Amino acid sequence: MNSVRTKNHEPFIRVVKKPEMPTSKAVILRIASFVLAIAVGGLFILAIGHNPFEVYKEMVMGCFRSKIALQGTVKIIVPLLITSLGVTLAYKMKFWNIGAEGQMLMGGIFASYFALFQNDMPHWALLIVSFLAGCIGGAIWGIIPAFFKVKFGTNETLFTLMLNYIALYIIDFLRHETWRDPGARGFPKIASFASNARIGAVFDLQGGWVVALIMVVAVFVLLKYTKFGYEISVVGESQSTARYAGMSVKKVVILTMALSGAICGSAGMIKAMGSDYTLTLGLADGVGFTAIIVAWLGQLNPFIILLITIFFSIIEKGSGVIQSTFNISVFTSDVLQGIILFFIIASEFFTRYSFAFKKGGKSK
Amino acid sequence: MDDKKNVPYAIQCKGITKTFGPVVANDNIELTVKSGEILALLGENGSGKTTLMNMLSGIYHPDSGSIFVRGQEVSIASPKDSQNLGIGMIHQHFKLVDVFSAKDNIVAGTKTDKRLSGKKLSEKVKDISKKYGLEIDPDKKTYNMSVSEKQTVEILKVLYRGADILILDEPTAVLTPQETDKLFAILRNMKENGCAVIIITHKLNEVMAISDRVTILRKGKSVATVNTAETNIQELTELMVGRKVSLEIDRPKVEQTENLFEVHHLMVKNDEGYYALNDVSFNLNGGEILGVAGVAGSGQKELCEAIAGLIPADKGAVLYKKENIIGKSPAEIIKMGISMSFIPEDRLGMGLVASMGMTENMMLKTYKNTKSPFVDKKPSRELALKLIDQLEIVTPGVNTPVSRLSGGNVQKVLLGREIESNPNLLITAYPVRGLDINSSYTIYHLLNEQKKKGVAVLYIGEDLDVLLELCDRIMVLCHGEITGIVKSDEVTKEEIGLMMAGEKKAGKDGATA
Amino acid sequence: MTMFINFLYAAITSGTPLMFGTLGEIITEKAGNLNLGVEGMMAIGAIAGFYVGYTTNSVILAVIASFVAGIFAALIYAFLTVTLKANQNVTGLTLTIFGIGLSNFLGDYIRTAAGETTLQLSTEFTAKLATYKIPLLGDIPYIGHLFFDHNPFVYFGVILCIIAGIYVKYTRAGLNMRAVGENPAAADAAGININFVKYFNILLGGGICGIGGAYISLVLCGGVWTQSCVDGLGWIAVALVIFANWNPFACILGSFVFGAFRVLKFYVPKEVISIPDAIFDMLPFLITAIVLVITSIRKSKERSQPAGCGVNYFREER
Repeated sequence: MNSVRTKNHEPFIRVVKKPEMPTSKAVILRIASFVLAIAVGGLFILAIGHNPFEVYKEMVMGCFRSKIALQGTVKIIVPLLITSLGVTLAYKMKFWNIGAEGQMLMGGIFASYFALFQNDMPHWALLIVSFLAGCIGGAIWGIIPAFFKVKFGTNETLFTLMLNYIALYIIDFLRHETWRDPGARGFPKIASFASNARIGAVFDLQGGWVVALIMVVAVFVLLKYTKFGYEISVVGESQSTARYAGMSVKKVVILTMALSGAICGSAGMIKAMGSDYTLTLGLADGVGFTAIIVAWLGQLNPFIILLITIFFSIIEKGSGVIQSTFNISVFTSDVLQGIILFFIIASEFFTRYSFAFKKGGKSK
Repeated sequence: MDDKKNVPYAIQCKGITKTFGPVVANDNIELTVKSGEILALLGENGSGKTTLMNMLSGIYHPDSGSIFVRGQEVSIASPKDSQNLGIGMIHQHFKLVDVFSAKDNIVAGTKTDKRLSGKKLSEKVKDISKKYGLEIDPDKKTYNMSVSEKQTVEILKVLYRGADILILDEPTAVLTPQETDKLFAILRNMKENGCAVIIITHKLNEVMAISDRVTILRKGKSVATVNTAETNIQELTELMVGRKVSLEIDRPKVEQTENLFEVHHLMVKNDEGYYALNDVSFNLNGGEILGVAGVAGSGQKELCEAIAGLIPADKGAVLYKKENIIGKSPAEIIKMGISMSFIPEDRLGMGLVASMGMTENMMLKTYKNTKSPFVDKKPSRELALKLIDQLEIVTPGVNTPVSRLSGGNVQKVLLGREIESNPNLLITAYPVRGLDINSSYTIYHLLNEQKKKGVAVLYIGEDLDVLLELCDRIMVLCHGEITGIVKSDEVTKEEIGLMMAGEKKAGKDGATA
Repeated sequence: MTMFINFLYAAITSGTPLMFGTLGEIITEKAGNLNLGVEGMMAIGAIAGFYVGYTTNSVILAVIASFVAGIFAALIYAFLTVTLKANQNVTGLTLTIFGIGLSNFLGDYIRTAAGETTLQLSTEFTAKLATYKIPLLGDIPYIGHLFFDHNPFVYFGVILCIIAGIYVKYTRAGLNMRAVGENPAAADAAGININFVKYFNILLGGGICGIGGAYISLVLCGGVWTQSCVDGLGWIAVALVIFANWNPFACILGSFVFGAFRVLKFYVPKEVISIPDAIFDMLPFLITAIVLVITSIRKSKERSQPAGCGVNYFREER
């Protein structure tokens, strides 16, 4: 190599890491990105020929203006919130579980067995038994990938993805065969639950909200104040440190995934017995995936997750409202959700890095 | 040098400064190297050697200052730029793709000979190997290679790209003395061929053996450049440390409790299924510091982990107060009063949770001691404050993530916690890794305090001078076997060096102290 | 025998969209990015291909449009994960939500704008997507019909897989890309432009996924725009990547095997073995899960997910 290169081509722009941001500044940054996202979403609404202010207003109002509206919103919030809390445990441990869908479905299946065939118990007993059954169903679907992960190092992201589909086709099997409703005139579906097997209302809203709020506090306490929560954090940070401290990493991973799956499973139970009143293929309907985004945006903090869930649910519910009011496609909400998410995801960058620009010869 | 103006330096750095947040890693550094010359870059850990070289290889970008290559000012924005300038860097941690063969690793990223593949490529690789006296099978997969083979691939990678300026970052740390000799022969060969070579090291005898000139860095500054022929180890040490050093570490005489800890015929396999520890037997008394010397990777890590119960032993017994602890869980072993602090290369990988504050790190081994399912942070916070006060740990607060602390402070946190657990046996591996001399002395002092309390200390170290000063006895490991256990006041550094290379000391005269 | 040939034939037809999606994801993962947005990219490709096919009646323009649309979708992902170093899982999932939403939204929008109740491709257009029998080869008994009598997408997909296989395994660019996917720090030190390699392959992969989407909307749906037409095929493609061992050549066979699973239920005579359809539908996922476990037990370094997959690279972070 004898040719000498003299070309001075310092890059115009470089990424540099910056010291961790103080929390207050990070919060401001996130709020700013959120506002920007809403604004860009507004441009999108404008582009399809509507007034963004009116549309946004209608979305929010449509979720709360009447008892029926509020009931509908709560039915969206509850399963999403619970599932987000479930995946929070897995993600705190850096277990990249995308199997919350499957865990919800399994929870729904296990609970539905009691709702369909053991429903002559007293109402409360039935609800409690079904709830526990849902937890067990979800827990099994959480333990399987955890077991293979600790035993053989099986990639949990891809494995849990497969389990989602296996659970889905178990329901498909049940609705075609074993649990097929003979009264549906040949249509493959599972019968509606008897009223004894339906979750009633507490203060006019589906009772699941009580469970969900209890779980918010419980998960917060678990992670912040208990030994088990401490173990989850340590294992997530460094498995070798955890072993060094005398923790059984395998036990922690399996237990955490059991609990994570159980919480997601209970969401499936509440959705089936509190909203759908039957078991369908649409039980999870992407909630398990959205929950991952919610948990991540909420920085694995249950209270922030609660806020984010409410926000997502408003978009979800609001999309139905704006469809009827403005005749805008229901799918607008997914597009809006995507745009807003992209902005918030992008903003994370600026909490950890910044751009350094080339300044005539001397850079920063 | 003025008379040689027409022969520019291969590399000249002028006033290089680089900061990471509040830390000034390089401060106005000056450095030159000529073609056909081997320059040693000498400095303590943390003095900024690697940072400087990473700027030459395009990993970092300097905040200010200029770099001249063959007399032309250049800007090195990426490793690619660096390569185009004929600079090749061999990193301390090899940058090889595990699943690639040697030749794939060598050609990846090159523009030349695009159509060259298969046999022809293997031949070209063999040709280069022959020219410089390197040995490698071009088709061997990297994951099947030994450390020195991987290093050979790294060197070939650089040569294949036609680099004539070579930078080697601590290349001998992973090599046996024989392999080191071979490497040095290769480097001399390159020098003959007109290459400029920069070798980063903190080993003084290597500086004397291989280099033509030495540039010394201290605390991020280039303090001196001297001709190797005109200097000696004593002078280099003083330049490196910044003051007259009498490596006098206190070694108090303490009443010893016999055989507090014994290891009998310990055999441990590593991940690849080889014996990382082969028939290791030794004893350790209370009130004694037993040093462990050896080339990196001679079984030190496995020894620590086997004693701490982290990896299973195939054979042998480890007796603590005459009770065999093999087969006990790490938690049980911790409860018995055996404490290990292992400072891995990345400092935070084992023993501390980087994202947690001091408080939460303090309770890592003690959180289980209460019955309640909740953690009690109060004692940990108090302990953290106490350590900050006693060991002069610099941190914004007990809840600041330890990852934000400087290396020396991180080590104080770790060692402080281990000592506060009142162990009877303290295993400490590389506790001064990456520390400057002053902080190192704080650590030696802490260890001596433990010894005075009657604790048995197993000290795994890198620096032979320190081992000789600090420890009562020294055990030498080579390829997982003990080549000798000697009293430190009855042995010379050279003798230990020979044992590290595998020469067995006749009769383990130090075995019963 | 005819029954069996028909079964295999159907397997190929139904496996083809998977072939595109899987190939796209293989290329993406080989460069070190796990993109869970395949479903979304295929959805965007589906509507783009359909719309252009609907308005221009040109198959080639439709395919190009879907390719470009796939690139556009992948560009969002690449910008967020490569330049802004965002979490790959979250970004991919968001892309799926966004992609399906955008696809359905545009479907609605175009339909409303056209004032139609359904969007239907012209017969002239669908005729172009009929099967083409390759001369001579197509006349071989059984085999000829099975392999050489398909719609153009099938041939195109197979050729694409072969080209991609050569690219990944035998070219210098492919070697560089694998280096980036396995160990970005090593690739960087070797002078490979990480960002360029990542962007190039993520976009290429996205474009190929987009074509897979076009196959679904143009061929599989019988010429009528169907909302959410991708319907999980993108996720199956993600699974199929594992089954195909990250190997573009194996992707061809893998797609047909998965295609076979998808149509198996129509060809197994109920009087011989009576297995519920749902079990047949579950098979591909069950088998992929098993394959995943087996590969992890074998711990083969070479036949598994690229080691750098899922982790973003920042040079100064070591």
